[in-house]
Amino acid sequence: MLTKRIIACLDVDAGRVVKGVHFSDLRDAGDPAELAPAYSRSGADEIILLDISATNQKRSTLLEIVRKSAQHLFVPFTVGGGIRSLDDASAVIDAGADKVAINSAALDDPALITRIAGRFGSQAVVVAVDAKSSLDPSGIYEVWACGGKQRTAREALAWVQEAEDRGAGEILLTSIDRDGTGDGFDCVLTSSVAVAVRIPVIASGGAGNAGHFVQVFKDGKADAALAASVFHYGIDTFSGLKQELTLAGLPVRWPC
Amino acid sequence: MIAILDYDAGNLTSAKKAVEYLGYSCVVTSDPREVERANKILLPGVGHFSATSNLEARGLSTVVRNAIARETPLLGICLGMQWMFERSEEALGVGGLALLPGRCKRFTKPLKVPHVGWNQLQVRDGGRLFQGVSSGTFMYFSHSYWAPVVECTTAQCEYGSTFSAAIERGNLFGVQFHPEKSGEPGLAVLRNFCEL
Repeated sequence: MLTKRIIACLDVDAGRVVKGVHFSDLRDAGDPAELAPAYSRSGADEIILLDISATNQKRSTLLEIVRKSAQHLFVPFTVGGGIRSLDDASAVIDAGADKVAINSAALDDPALITRIAGRFGSQAVVVAVDAKSSLDPSGIYEVWACGGKQRTAREALAWVQEAEDRGAGEILLTSIDRDGTGDGFDCVLTSSVAVAVRIPVIASGGAGNAGHFVQVFKDGKADAALAASVFHYGIDTFSGLKQELTLAGLPVRWPC
Repeated sequence: MIAILDYDAGNLTSAKKAVEYLGYSCVVTSDPREVERANKILLPGVGHFSATSNLEARGLSTVVRNAIARETPLLGICLGMQWMFERSEEALGVGGLALLPGRCKRFTKPLKVPHVGWNQLQVRDGGRLFQGVSSGTFMYFSHSYWAPVVECTTAQCEYGSTFSAAIERGNLFGVQFHPEKSGEPGLAVLRNFCEL
C-alpha cells in the first residue's frame, strides 16, 4: 500500500537551516548538508530545502548548498525558493534536486509550471501555496506570495486547481496561520484542497506532535505532511512518529 | 564502465551520483560509440514516453538493441523500463522496444495521479536484482503510467491495479521504482546490477 509520507523541511537562510514562527523570528538549526542525510538515515521519507531569502546574488550559494546536501542523499529531494525560470529550475536539478518547488514565480507567470513540467515531467514540479484564512465570514482562504508577505487576489482552491491543470505534480500547502506555532495543521484547509485536486497534497504548517500528523492524514486527507521545528529541536523522532501513525492505522514506511 | 544513457528524459544526476557512491565508474553519454564500449548500460528516465523517440533520433535505439542481443546487462529505470514494452497510452504513436508484451496504461480515477511515494514490493522471484532484498520492502515510485505484470515480472506492486515493479529476463532488467531514491534497499538493488 502507498504510505503516507513524512517530509523534513529545511528552511535555509544564508546557508544555514533556520526556523521561525509565522514566517519570521528566525532561529538557527544547523547545516543543511549535515541535516539532510542525517534526517534521511533516521527515517524521513523525503527532504525539502527551501531557500527562504533567495535573491539572484545568492543563487550560486544556493546551488552549492544543494550540491552538498544532495551528495549523499538517496531519498527524494525537493528544492524551492527563488526559482523564477526554466533555467533556474534546470540549474537546481543539475545540482542534485529531484523536484523543484515554485511559489511566487508561478503566481506571476502560471505558464512557468507548464514549461518546467514539459522539460522535466510533472513529477518534478511541486507548486507551493501559502494560504491564510481571510477575515471574510465566508471562510475562504487567500493565497499569499513572497514568503507570506504579499497578498494576492487569488483564492486557494481556484489556484490549486489551475496549478494542477497547468501540469503541477504535487501541491505543497502551507498554512500561514499555523506555520511554526506547533498548534497542529489546518485540517479544514488541507482537506478542502486535497479533495479539490487529483494530485498529491503535502500539508505544512503547525506540526507540534504525533497526534497532529494523525489528524492531518485522517481529517485533512493529506498524502504527505511536512515539518521542520518538531524534528530540528528533537520534539519528535521519525521512528517515534511513525510508530504513533502505525498505531493509528495509517500506512507508513517502517523500518526504513 | 557503466554507460548512463542521456536522451533528454529528466534527471540523470541522481543515477550517476548513486552509481559513483557505490564505487563504480560511469559516464553519462549520448554517444553511440561510447555506449557500444560499455560493459553495462543504465537507462534512467522520468518524464514523457515520447522522450524515448530521442533515443531513435540519436541512433541509440539500434545500439541498445544490439547490446541486448549481445547480452550486455541493461537496467531500465521508470520510463526506461516502460520503453521495453510494446507501447504506452502516454504516446501511442511512439513504439517501445517491444521486448516485452503489452502496453503501459494510465492510472485512473479515483486514484491520485501520479503515483508518488513509498510503496511495498511483492517479490515473486528474486532473480539476481533482488538478492538480499525481501518481499515487503518499500521503494520510491513516481509515475503516472503502469506496465502490466508479465511472465518475467520479478516484483509487483499495488496501486489501484497490480503492475510490474521489476522485470528480469537474462541480462535485461527493469524497475519501475527509483533505486537511486529508495534509500538503502534501493542502493542494494543498484549494487546487485553493478556487480553483475
